[in-house]
Amino acid sequence: MVTHQDSFSSLEKYQSRIQTALWFVMVCLLILFFRFFWLQVVKHTKYSTASESNRIAIITTPSQRGLIIDRNGIVIARNFPSYSLEITPAGSTMPLEQLVDSLSSVLKISTKDRQNFFRSLQGAKKTESIAIRNFLNDEEVARFMSRRYAYPGVEIQVRYFREYPYQELGAHLLGYTGRVSQKDREKLLAELEESPDDLSSDELRPFKIKGIQHVGKIGLEQSYEKDLRGTLGFSEVEITAGGRVVRNLSSSAPIPGSNLSLAIDIKLQHLMEQLYAKRRGAAVVIEVATGDILSFVSMPTYNPNAFIDGIDADLWKKLNDSLEKPLFNRALRGTYPPGSTFKPFMALAALEGKFRTPEQGISDPGFFKLGSTTFRDDAVNGHGFVNMRQSITVSCDTYYYKLANDMGINAISSFMKDLSFGQLTGIDINGEVKGILPSKEWKKAYYSDPKIQKWNDGDTISIGIGQGYNSYTILQLAQATAIVANRGIVMKPHLVKMIEDPITHQKTLTVPSETTRLNIKKENLDVITEGMIGVNISGTGRVPFAGVRYPVAGKTGTAQVFSLGGKQYNASAISEFKRDHALYIAFAPADKPKYALALVVENAGFGATAAAPIARQTLDYLMLNQWPQGVPAWKTAP
Amino acid sequence: MENRSIIQRASFLWQGLDPTLGIILLCLVVVGNITFLSASSGTVVTWMEQARNLLTAILIMWVTSRIPIKWLEKISLWVYLIGVSLLIAVAVFGLIKKGARRWLNIGITIQPSEIMKIAMPMMLAWYFQKRDGMIQLKDFGVAFCLLVLPTFLIARQPDLGTAILVLAAGFYVILFAGFPWKFVLPFVVIALIGVVFVLFFGDTICAKGVQWPLLQSYQQHRICTLLDPSSDPLGKGFHTLQSMIAIGSGGFLGKGWMKGTQTHLEFIPEKHTDFIFAVYSEEFGLFGNIVLLILFFALIQRGLQIAAAAPNLYSRLLGGSVTLIFFTYAFVNMAMVSGILPVVGVPLPFISYGGTALTTLGFGVGILMSINRGKRLVQT
Repeated sequence: MVTHQDSFSSLEKYQSRIQTALWFVMVCLLILFFRFFWLQVVKHTKYSTASESNRIAIITTPSQRGLIIDRNGIVIARNFPSYSLEITPAGSTMPLEQLVDSLSSVLKISTKDRQNFFRSLQGAKKTESIAIRNFLNDEEVARFMSRRYAYPGVEIQVRYFREYPYQELGAHLLGYTGRVSQKDREKLLAELEESPDDLSSDELRPFKIKGIQHVGKIGLEQSYEKDLRGTLGFSEVEITAGGRVVRNLSSSAPIPGSNLSLAIDIKLQHLMEQLYAKRRGAAVVIEVATGDILSFVSMPTYNPNAFIDGIDADLWKKLNDSLEKPLFNRALRGTYPPGSTFKPFMALAALEGKFRTPEQGISDPGFFKLGSTTFRDDAVNGHGFVNMRQSITVSCDTYYYKLANDMGINAISSFMKDLSFGQLTGIDINGEVKGILPSKEWKKAYYSDPKIQKWNDGDTISIGIGQGYNSYTILQLAQATAIVANRGIVMKPHLVKMIEDPITHQKTLTVPSETTRLNIKKENLDVITEGMIGVNISGTGRVPFAGVRYPVAGKTGTAQVFSLGGKQYNASAISEFKRDHALYIAFAPADKPKYALALVVENAGFGATAAAPIARQTLDYLMLNQWPQGVPAWKTAP
Repeated sequence: MENRSIIQRASFLWQGLDPTLGIILLCLVVVGNITFLSASSGTVVTWMEQARNLLTAILIMWVTSRIPIKWLEKISLWVYLIGVSLLIAVAVFGLIKKGARRWLNIGITIQPSEIMKIAMPMMLAWYFQKRDGMIQLKDFGVAFCLLVLPTFLIARQPDLGTAILVLAAGFYVILFAGFPWKFVLPFVVIALIGVVFVLFFGDTICAKGVQWPLLQSYQQHRICTLLDPSSDPLGKGFHTLQSMIAIGSGGFLGKGWMKGTQTHLEFIPEKHTDFIFAVYSEEFGLFGNIVLLILFFALIQRGLQIAAAAPNLYSRLLGGSVTLIFFTYAFVNMAMVSGILPVVGVPLPFISYGGTALTTLGFGVGILMSINRGKRLVQT
């Protein structure tokens, strides 16, 4: 046992291993030194040239935005190619400020172009190509090309821009696209974070946002942004010191966005916008069986093409400051008292709630008194004896004052809620408003002053004729009409009928089936339908609907904008914007309804004279394919 | 004097810290920060974050240097067992990111393989210390078993870079413990044959559809792209190609700080982390590289010196292994960036950005400092 068993870990041995390790380290570091010497001295020229001339950059290829197509295949939003002058900062030999100054002697470059360019430059890679001028014409392209040698790093590129070939037509439903703002960018970023499906491409992440130049700002363009956008393409390319692409190393092609196939009939939309001419208002036409919105009118409208590459400040100010509010989507966001168009729904509520029988009538003296307050009828001396059908046909106010009083606000608002009054209809476009369905709870929540918060019996009376606190969108009014026409089946109204995959061309329906079914008795529906048919035969709509060749149910409405305080109405005596709104609702054919519509013409006076003729011509087109005289014929854009 | 007494009272802060090691590390950190400023331009990482990581690492180093090496010795087994348990936990219910199962969520996300870089040499040094004076050949067998299990667990995550470092760390301990050369030789020969084989038959074995035994397909892919970077100019070959261009175009004196075109035109991938050496090399040239090589050599020389003077076997083995791990990091990283080793995720010590690696390095330096302190205490 004298011989030490452990000859392994003696200190001398350890010391020698340390020495060996040090030698080993030195040899390895020498290998590195020789490697560096090889690369940096022997092969320096080769790599120096390589770094000068071979530069690889990632370039994004924008995807083609999906087309928007009407129900008959007419393209109403598309993309058009245009020349852009673009600068790659890495390739420029002079300071960018100076370069832009110099370029502006060749082409017109506005202050706005300049601002946009320098804004895009922030946070961009030096190898990215950034537009300084868009929409060059052929002459400008030629002028630049002849001087191109003087501007390394400046190139002309073909870029696609959004285009709305029918200009103002349907602007409110289409919306528009615009340059990505800071806010949009944050939204896109959040969206990207939420989709963890592409783990593989961490390196491409920043490009995914930067590559998106334009997004939908409003309307369908915004609401269906994700479908329309598509997927960016990426290519890794070698570029020269001048920023010019030498060769493509690899690329993934962009995937175009989905096409939207709309429920809208753009010809009908055109007809109705023409019928409004210079008047303001909103109209919605629904195909009752499907919930397809055939026409979605908000007048006046604007030209969305002005927005696609940034609207100029003057035009923006003009549109924004206009008293006519052309940028306001009246059909979606405008709320109006429905006036007498509310009466058929009141009648239906009365029948369903068993407050009235169809034959039960009143003798109308021309007013209704509640306590000391008098509520006037249009007909100063009254309509005589009226039952329910007649009350609709002649639009007897007194009948509904009394009915509202008998029903009470709770019964009215709970029934109207089901017909979607004061509710979001769920239309597939962002920004829908609820309006006001008056109720005790609503009033309490709306007013802060406890004296006004309490619901008065008098508040209920004008609710009966669609006045007072009632305030609904034309979309809701059209939807309620469609529900009645569809015998209580509720279809969610929608503008987009199908989304079409651009590659497989497979079409996906957006709203396939009924949403809910209301329990409304057929005989009750028949009563109010009969009353509404009467409107267009012998009632308030008889003049505009004279000689109509299909059965049609309708109801006129005139909504007060300005409280008269019990005085007689005199249109010429009050300023235009305080005049009454004219409304009309209808569905046709009355026996087997296919179409329902609601419309308002702002400050136009009586519903029968201003609104009903538009409905008549619209329905004539839908039912008989009859194009009214004097309205410019439809021309499909080239 | 008031001042002196304050200094005297504060002197515990640096007492026992090795000044030579301190100065070398300071130089490396300065070089690292200067390079980082250039490398991080155009990325979202700020210098403040790097400074924060550095401060954390320094704090860890300082705390570790205060711990007597005896204590470390006592906890070695436990650290190892915890490390292995965590690795098993990772294998069972670890988080998968980018195709690898490396992380564990215990309130915070941790990467247990990182712990093994230090736990492995601690464990083996502890084992040999236990057997001090009676080490036999079978003890090396035990040591290899202790080494293979965690290495295997890490390699199948898969994380080849860390597995290599852990394997190396353990292997250094075994070598310092006196593992006979005659047993090492066959491995060296096999490795050499492997390298020669790959070099000569690269075309055949890298042909499409050939699957190598033992290695993952992505690892095979890396070796193949190393042989011929242009075979995959966009993948890992792109990285190597671009970093070689960066180094080569640097020349003798470099392009100057902040003037590296490869860096600033963003051709260098991971330019502030694993590939930061390419940035340094492009901007400071061969001259800068020589300075860096000298600094690393000085660091290793000093570390081995400390280890050689250590009072007991445990600290000798641990100190030697930790020092050589620094070297391994530096060598593998520079070799990979300059295109003589395949791309593996190993940072350049004290220079690359990254909190985890810096923490481990701070811990390692702390161990060396602690060993150095222990030596002084014994001497006085």
